[in-house]
Amino acid sequence: MEKRFAGRPASPGIALGVLFPVRVGTHARVASGAPESEAHALRSAIGAARSDLKDLIDRSTGDAAEILEFQVAMLEDEVLAEPAFSAIVTGCTADHAWLDAMQSEIGGYEGSDDEHFRARAADLHDLRDRVLAHLTGSTIDAVVPPGAIVAAIDLAPSRFLAIDWSRGGALVLTAGSTTSHVAMLARSRGIPAVTGLGVDLAELSGQALLDAHRGVLIVNPGPEARAQFAWDAKADATDRALAAAAAMRPGVTADGTPIRITLNISDPRELADLDPSICDGIGLVRTEFLFHSLQGLPDEELQYVVYRRIAEWAQGRPVIIRTLDAGGDKPIPELTPVGESNPFLGVRGLRLSLARAEVFRTQLRALVRAAVHGNVKIMLPMVTQPRELAAARSILDAEVGALVAEGIPARRASLGIMIEVPAAAIAADQFDAEFFSIGSNDLTQYVAAAGRDIGAVADLADPTQPAMLRLYRYVAATACRRDIEVSICGDAGGDPRAIPSLLAAGLRSLSMAPALVGAAKRALGAIDLRSISKSEPWPT
Amino acid sequence: MPKTNAVHTGSVLLTNDVGLHARPSVKLTQLAKRFSAQIEFALVATGPWVDAKSPVKVMRFKAAKGETLHFRASGADAVEALAAILSLVERGFTSEAEESSQPPRR
Repeated sequence: MEKRFAGRPASPGIALGVLFPVRVGTHARVASGAPESEAHALRSAIGAARSDLKDLIDRSTGDAAEILEFQVAMLEDEVLAEPAFSAIVTGCTADHAWLDAMQSEIGGYEGSDDEHFRARAADLHDLRDRVLAHLTGSTIDAVVPPGAIVAAIDLAPSRFLAIDWSRGGALVLTAGSTTSHVAMLARSRGIPAVTGLGVDLAELSGQALLDAHRGVLIVNPGPEARAQFAWDAKADATDRALAAAAAMRPGVTADGTPIRITLNISDPRELADLDPSICDGIGLVRTEFLFHSLQGLPDEELQYVVYRRIAEWAQGRPVIIRTLDAGGDKPIPELTPVGESNPFLGVRGLRLSLARAEVFRTQLRALVRAAVHGNVKIMLPMVTQPRELAAARSILDAEVGALVAEGIPARRASLGIMIEVPAAAIAADQFDAEFFSIGSNDLTQYVAAAGRDIGAVADLADPTQPAMLRLYRYVAATACRRDIEVSICGDAGGDPRAIPSLLAAGLRSLSMAPALVGAAKRALGAIDLRSISKSEPWPT
Repeated sequence: MPKTNAVHTGSVLLTNDVGLHARPSVKLTQLAKRFSAQIEFALVATGPWVDAKSPVKVMRFKAAKGETLHFRASGADAVEALAAILSLVERGFTSEAEESSQPPRR
């Protein structure tokens, strides 16, 4: 029977395919049904967990290393998994067999009278979960069929990236929000996505139609819905073709006003198949991807090579690289604070960089060295007060001086700030930054007090509500008076529905995911600024 | 047990405070694995006996301070193995014990 579910459009497009549920936790795996391959899966997962632990040992000392060595010794002991392999032979799936075997082993420790032994139960829990993570993670990514509509409660960005999207497909999340990072990645890749469906994942199976323009998922669609889809698919294909053509033209409104169109990039791999002539540069390079490797924090040389490659891709066009914006919903092991009651209001972005100056210096050195090879500009995230900008500037100048003294080629790139904290937006005139870029996602969530990952308040986090338009207008006017550049790099910048309001607020530079450039340029062609009234100024 | 393989036995009092828990178990099994001899371990001289090279099995005994550990070994280097293991336990699993009884690597 046909069932319809409504969520929020997170990445435009339509899709027809088989729903493929991805669950996180103990039941995430799809069993192969064959004992040999289940045994193989368990052996691989144990091997992978063992090599994780060995990596961790290399980076640990003292007690931590000894605990890990104990875990490795247990994992290397074939006795541990013996009952699991026996259960697999009798038809049990790898994950259940492993869980049962570990559960009875753990029970022996938890039941001990001796506190030293009871305490070891935690190590066995760790082992159980580490192996399970490999068992569930690796299999899922391998078996998502091409073109499937992936359904999940929420999806980690790394999991999204591990799925092969080259033959289409779509994403539906029962929770999640349109501004979450996985939604951002879906937009960047042009994968249709709907979030916040608010149903039990168990309801999502079988054939389905997704209209990610309207945010509607139709499970087991009837003939009428299929006919509608066929019609929509034609329109969508036409739209995509027109957008692809529009992407190659300059950004200009119907009345001939040029609008700068730049890209938001989260990973250099996004640039691989892109023609730089579709854009006027890169408006935001997020550098967090460099800091998520298992091998620890990236050194100066690695960062330099990556930044230089991005700068060279742009062929002289400006490339704004944002310094590390860790913290908030982007934790990084060994760097971001643990246990903050509200990480969005804690030590994140530039606050963290100034607290961990050695990490910041390394990044700035890599950036100014890369700036020799292209039009690199440096942008600071989460700036709240002018003194933070001054502190960052003096570190930047000191590092440029040091590099020059060492005889290493470096160029003092211009230093700008994100406008994403309300304090910085309201007092934008107080910041002598060399450029501004409005981070409308964070600015909206802080102004509206509505969390970007909380579906239930998503309606309140509208980046085009009057309070936001007033701030954009003030920031744009301030930049104009100071004769510095201002752009907007939040999701609103690439949203055809928001673009008229942004232009009315005085913005003339929009930064967006690569997949959105064509549609945004088409939208510009339909806007006549002579007939658009300027957005409302502050009441006096 | 094959006739040609004499079984050597020995016992030792467990004196370290935390008993045969994680770290001592790892040391014991790592040491045992350096010998080709079959080495078994029990809390009572009559058994049950378990493989002293398996940390999972050794940990299952949860031997506490004050208990007597029984070992039996058979095979080419059984005598050396037994001596090294008894010495390790006697010295409370300290590293000197390990070095003083450094066995030849297989």
